[in-house]
Amino acid sequence: MREVIAHALGIVRKDLVLEFRTRTGFISAAAFTAMVLMIFEFGRDPTAVPTIDLAPTILWITFSFGAMLALNRAFQLELENQALDGLLLAPISRTSLYWGKLLANLAFVAGVEAVGLPLFVLFFNVPVGHVLGALVGVIVLATVGFVAVGTLFSAMVIRTRFAELLLLVLLLPFLVAPLVAAVSITSALFAGRPLSEVMAWLKLLAAYDIVFVTLATLLFPSTVEE
Amino acid sequence: MLLAEGLTHAFGSVRALDGITFELPAGRTLAIFGPNGAGKTTLLRVLAGLIRPQRGRVEMQGGRRAIGWLGHQSHLYGYLSVVENLRFWAALYGVPRAEREVRARVVMEQVGLTDRAGQLVRTLSRGLLQRAAIARALVHDPSILLLDEPFTGLDLAAAAELRRLLAAAVRAGHTVVLATHNVEEGAELATDVAFQRAGRFLHFAPRADREPRVIADLYRAALADA
Amino acid sequence: MTLTRKGQAVTLIGLLSLAGVYVRAIGYTPIEIHQGLAQKIFYIHVPAAIYAEVAMMLVGLGGVLYLFLKDPRLDRFAAASAEVGTAFAVVVLTTGPIWGKTVWGTWWAWDARLTSTLLLFFLYIGYLLLRGTVTDPGARARYSAVVGICGTALIPFIHLSVYLFRTLHPQPIILKPSAPSLPWSMLETWLLSLGAFTVLYVGFVMQRYAIGAEERDHA
Repeated sequence: MREVIAHALGIVRKDLVLEFRTRTGFISAAAFTAMVLMIFEFGRDPTAVPTIDLAPTILWITFSFGAMLALNRAFQLELENQALDGLLLAPISRTSLYWGKLLANLAFVAGVEAVGLPLFVLFFNVPVGHVLGALVGVIVLATVGFVAVGTLFSAMVIRTRFAELLLLVLLLPFLVAPLVAAVSITSALFAGRPLSEVMAWLKLLAAYDIVFVTLATLLFPSTVEE
Repeated sequence: MLLAEGLTHAFGSVRALDGITFELPAGRTLAIFGPNGAGKTTLLRVLAGLIRPQRGRVEMQGGRRAIGWLGHQSHLYGYLSVVENLRFWAALYGVPRAEREVRARVVMEQVGLTDRAGQLVRTLSRGLLQRAAIARALVHDPSILLLDEPFTGLDLAAAAELRRLLAAAVRAGHTVVLATHNVEEGAELATDVAFQRAGRFLHFAPRADREPRVIADLYRAALADA
Repeated sequence: MTLTRKGQAVTLIGLLSLAGVYVRAIGYTPIEIHQGLAQKIFYIHVPAAIYAEVAMMLVGLGGVLYLFLKDPRLDRFAAASAEVGTAFAVVVLTTGPIWGKTVWGTWWAWDARLTSTLLLFFLYIGYLLLRGTVTDPGARARYSAVVGICGTALIPFIHLSVYLFRTLHPQPIILKPSAPSLPWSMLETWLLSLGAFTVLYVGFVMQRYAIGAEERDHA
């Protein structure tokens, strides 16, 4: 087990170094996130709907799009010189490889979200200071399960034609449950209602994370082994 | 020692391997010649553990950790330097942290890349990239080398250089399996020779000091008979 | 008798029983007082919705078995089940709005069954697109199995989130096609229809499976 985690972390470290050196992926995703937020400002009638009612939706649609753009990245890195084959030949468990990619994707998405959240606060003037801890908790809960499925699917579509588009089509049905949950919880947070009101949604998110991280870990070997 | 027994594998209705059995004692070099589509790559990928054969088994001393793999792709990351790549792969192959640096130096010395250690792989020329790929294959000091069409895409000078490096590896006592469609390129390195076609060995015997030219004639005759 | 012929025979039996169900539904089952004749759609709509979902679960089951046994027949079964499931989802998504327009006065109302079936439909679209993109049969079978299994695991989450969403955001209309206290005669007709749909599912899958087998033989 210690070896599995050590190898996974080795892959994460390598991915982050590569990301840091090229930067294109992260900068594009962050810029895209900022622009989606901006589009929301222009794509609504500010006199008709108060911002605070729309804020949770804006936040989560933005995060979802940003995250989905990021997901193909982890395996795209491995296409250069067929490095993926090298990883599969190496005497490491498939679980190490999947967790490494999952953690790298999570780090990447977290980075995008860390850029998106302050911009969201700035653009829409939503005070989040008093619920920041809880909000970050919800973001983590809602992101993990979804990125787990996305990482699993990207390992398959990466070698097909239309990889980007196909990933979006495959993944959107999986987005609905965490998205609805996250929006509902965030609404409650922004409205100052207690979390106990949205306990059912929190449980749903937790169950989603457990089910799909486990399932994806078990299924990943089938996506890379012949 | 490398043992393959009754290896059989099909992709859909195409039989890539059809009951291949052989035993290669330690320190010997087996060259497998065959036309495109003979199943040579599949055989190597099965030996390397990348494909689980539908029937048959592979046995070797030291397991997957003992394998060094060199294909026509380098499996190197363009945005990591030569030495960073070597350290990364050494870690995945279980070389202890303290020895990784030493091993990287040793193999760079072997292939003549010492003065390029800090250079990003993407800036290497084709010939130097090939040397870096060899260094990667050797970095964990494997006892078995699997080479899949390593000469593909190399110019004459680079191919000659590769033959020199492989000859050195053979002298150093590695067990080598080399698959190629070009008899002239592989024959002089080999101690044993096999002809593969349609997933079967038509011929498997020690080379017994026959000249590459003689082996090429034998190969053509064997293919014509089959 | 070839599998195609057998499948056609089973499908014919299914269609005949469905016709029988409708003779019974229109001639011998009372007309629902609030919804009128539109309620008769319910005998197609609900069994189709159930089988659209059952088909996805069988795609997932086929996937699990394929990953363990690596038998290509299981993959062909999963593919057949997915296509039949897609067709049933389309039936649900067309009959639903027709019913909604007459009873609710609106084509689409994000009702629980329509919403879940729409998601299921998108799941099928993704599954079938993936199958169409991957050419190597082994990889296609493995990938399809993975997506099928994840899709099956998603079904409870779809239901749960649609259900929670509705309870937290009350819909303008709370009439559901399946009224809780269905008179026995309607329930009987409905159960017969469910039976007819079971036969139809089997018949369709047999035919689609036979086509898949032919495609393989010609490849």
